[in-house]
Amino acid sequence: MSTNQSRRDFFKTSATAAGGLVLGFGWFSSEAFEPGVLTKTAADTIDFNAYLAIAPSGIITIYSPNPEIGQGIKTAFPIIVAEELDADWSKVKVEQAPLDTKKFERQVTGGSGAIRHSWERLRKAGATARAMLMEAAAKKWSVPISECSTSKGFVMHSSGKKLSYGELATDAAQIAPPTTVKLKDKSNFTLIGTSVKGVDSKDILTGKNLFGIDYKREGMLNAMIQRPPAFGLKLKSFDATEAKKMPGITDVVSFGNKVAIVGKTTWEVMQARKAVKIEWEKEKDLESSADHDRIFKEMLNSTTATVHRKDGDIEAAFKNAYKVIEAEYQCPFLPHSPMEPMNFFAHFKGDSIEMAGPSQTPQSAQNQIAKMFNMAPEKVTIELTRMGGGFGRRLNTDYAVEAAELSSIIKAPVKVTWSREDDTAGGIYRPAVRYRFKASIDKAGNITGYMLHGAGMNAGNATRPDNFPVGAIENTLIQSNDHKSPITTGPWRAPITNFLAYAEQAFLDEVAMAGGKDPIQLRMELLDKSIKSPVGKITYEPERFREAIKLVADKAGWGKKKKGVYQGFSVYFSHNSYVAQIAEMANVKGKPVLKKVYASVDCGIVINESSAQNQVYGAIVDGLGHAMYGNLTFKDGAPQQDNFNKYRLIRYNEVPDIEVHFVKNGIDPTGLGEPALPPTGGAIANAIFKTTGKRLYNQPFSEQGATLG
Amino acid sequence: MALFNLKINGKTYKADVDANTPLLWVLRDHLDLVGTKYGCGMAMCGACTVHVNGEATRSCVVPVSNVSNATITTVEGLSETGTHPVQEAWDEVDVPQCGYCQAGQMMTASALLAKNANPSDKEIEEAMVGNICRCGTYHRIHDAVKLAAAKMKK
Ligand code: FES
Ligand code: FES
Repeated sequence: MSTNQSRRDFFKTSATAAGGLVLGFGWFSSEAFEPGVLTKTAADTIDFNAYLAIAPSGIITIYSPNPEIGQGIKTAFPIIVAEELDADWSKVKVEQAPLDTKKFERQVTGGSGAIRHSWERLRKAGATARAMLMEAAAKKWSVPISECSTSKGFVMHSSGKKLSYGELATDAAQIAPPTTVKLKDKSNFTLIGTSVKGVDSKDILTGKNLFGIDYKREGMLNAMIQRPPAFGLKLKSFDATEAKKMPGITDVVSFGNKVAIVGKTTWEVMQARKAVKIEWEKEKDLESSADHDRIFKEMLNSTTATVHRKDGDIEAAFKNAYKVIEAEYQCPFLPHSPMEPMNFFAHFKGDSIEMAGPSQTPQSAQNQIAKMFNMAPEKVTIELTRMGGGFGRRLNTDYAVEAAELSSIIKAPVKVTWSREDDTAGGIYRPAVRYRFKASIDKAGNITGYMLHGAGMNAGNATRPDNFPVGAIENTLIQSNDHKSPITTGPWRAPITNFLAYAEQAFLDEVAMAGGKDPIQLRMELLDKSIKSPVGKITYEPERFREAIKLVADKAGWGKKKKGVYQGFSVYFSHNSYVAQIAEMANVKGKPVLKKVYASVDCGIVINESSAQNQVYGAIVDGLGHAMYGNLTFKDGAPQQDNFNKYRLIRYNEVPDIEVHFVKNGIDPTGLGEPALPPTGGAIANAIFKTTGKRLYNQPFSEQGATLG
Repeated sequence: MALFNLKINGKTYKADVDANTPLLWVLRDHLDLVGTKYGCGMAMCGACTVHVNGEATRSCVVPVSNVSNATITTVEGLSETGTHPVQEAWDEVDVPQCGYCQAGQMMTASALLAKNANPSDKEIEEAMVGNICRCGTYHRIHDAVKLAAAKMKK
């Protein structure tokens, strides 16, 4: 495979005073590319738009721009570069790049999009450097390049001579980057697809300072912030006389409906916080969970829904139906509960500000902070720390912006740390949602009409109008209503589909039962139809869907009677990847007990087998845990759960066996941080139905008698 | 405020703090031992687990005055370079996702293995149930505990 590239993709190579090759390339840009300026960073490597530097010592430094949240991106990106470079992985050093909007595009962790977005660019970077090293060697030996090859950090000549990349790096820097570069045949990959350990693992396991919450600077103060205890309240007044007298406290200030307690150490601040007397007053409606239940029902019965997709004539389909199946599913609010609570460091310096902390979207933090201070964005620098999870919470920038504001008020470097209670009760939640489904079937059990009505909160559109089975059914109607709630909401791992998939997959199970079809057979027939005579626009590839289904059915022995084993099936396409799951349960004295989950995953080429497995296991455990227990309720605007004593997360003893299989199709890679989560709730619900005959229409399942472990 | 001489990881650390300050915050804010993590502050998640006289202990709920004469080990004291069998096993199994909970997980596991070289699955479960991993790395934690046990026997 040979790819053309413009000069501008690889605009600069350079040898440094100490020698070595530094190759700058646009990791993300698709076309236009502005040459960068050389800046010195270390004695023997210089980086400008530098993503790849080879020092004479042979050490290869690769800069990873995307924020690491546990999805393994900091390891996966360099693997792709190293593969095409034929580097010796043990000599590769990976460094986290800071936020730099000039050098990088899409420094975002979200939407499972990083690998898909950067795959080709990363490969070209490695291949370009490799070509230059080969050319340098060929020149040195005065031999044709065609007689040279590379392996594990060496260029070899057919005569047996060899030179290491380190030895060649300085010469290679004199060579102009090639305009065409040959990428490896995928069958020759030696690093991609193997198991590579996380590049930060050693530091994690020895307790190094890695996370935002660990961040420290000379003279830094610590702060905690009291935010309104209920959504809909605002600050009326506060009295900090007592708190200010307490040991270690330097300041108590208020801004934007919040009161910040600032002091020397976290514990002192926590103590003083309890002594601040605050009065709040009502500003907006104070909603309770019972209000939400009522609002959902009103929305589903309203005639004002926004229509997102319409195929054929749904009313006629219902009228002419052999049978009509109707059901409603509801899911609650969820906090993200990352193990590392929100935090951020800020040091306001008048005409600039230095920030450091965990963010999934540092650029948007930068823009908002710049706007707040009326500064140019480049005056806001952001150091990216490793994130102790995020699950979408750190796509919001509230906690970074407030740290910046606080630092500007107290005129000192400060780290704001959220307590667990702050983190849970001051969230930007996955909003609750209710879905109404209605399907018509003919005598043979085929679906003739399919309606989905979503009732969401601050979701805009709580549906995904083009998702399967849409595209395989003649008559469809997808619509939604939305309620504007004062409770703050935002994306949560696999936004919308995290709950929608459960509801859709459970409802399809109901339709299969009603029509006397096997649940997998029903899906396969629909996919067949979407191949042969698709209805309207289709955003998924039915063939890939089918392969994923076949793989999991085969591995789990679907349809083969296993004694005492009840299986539930689910499959979902999200973030460009396909995941099918089969949950197996036993009936223990009338109770469904989850034994095993099988998963098949089509995310195209797997970059790092170990990390990919880890992601899928984790997403299934996440999906299972939240489907079972996740439930944040409200009373008069106040969250009723604020720590792990009241808000239950899944634990060690509750996870079933999990078996993961990847579809091997050599297709370019797609996302994996999210797609394995959506199918889980449906697989569990469908297995519970098989085991007990009880259909679970609401999450969390534990509140309807389901247990784990 | 009171002056404490704390025996941590084989060294003596001085801390001039309020006697009620939890060990967790003394480690993190005063002694720069930030490997021990804050997760819940109420003994529900295990992120802050350290060894106090060999016992896995939630440092977020232990006042420093209670441990002024104790022998304390934190993740930094398992080994500085990652050579403790539990750290090695965690690395070999490639356990971490975000990694935030893992210090606590390893401290719980290492305390268990120091007492019980050959724990049954049930015993591992009883020890590990107090440590939450939000990323869901429980399967690998299980494999790593087993591997560490095997390493320690050698
Ligand atoms: S922080 Fe101590 S148990 Fe959670
Ligand atoms: S690895 Fe992220 S919480 Fe355990």
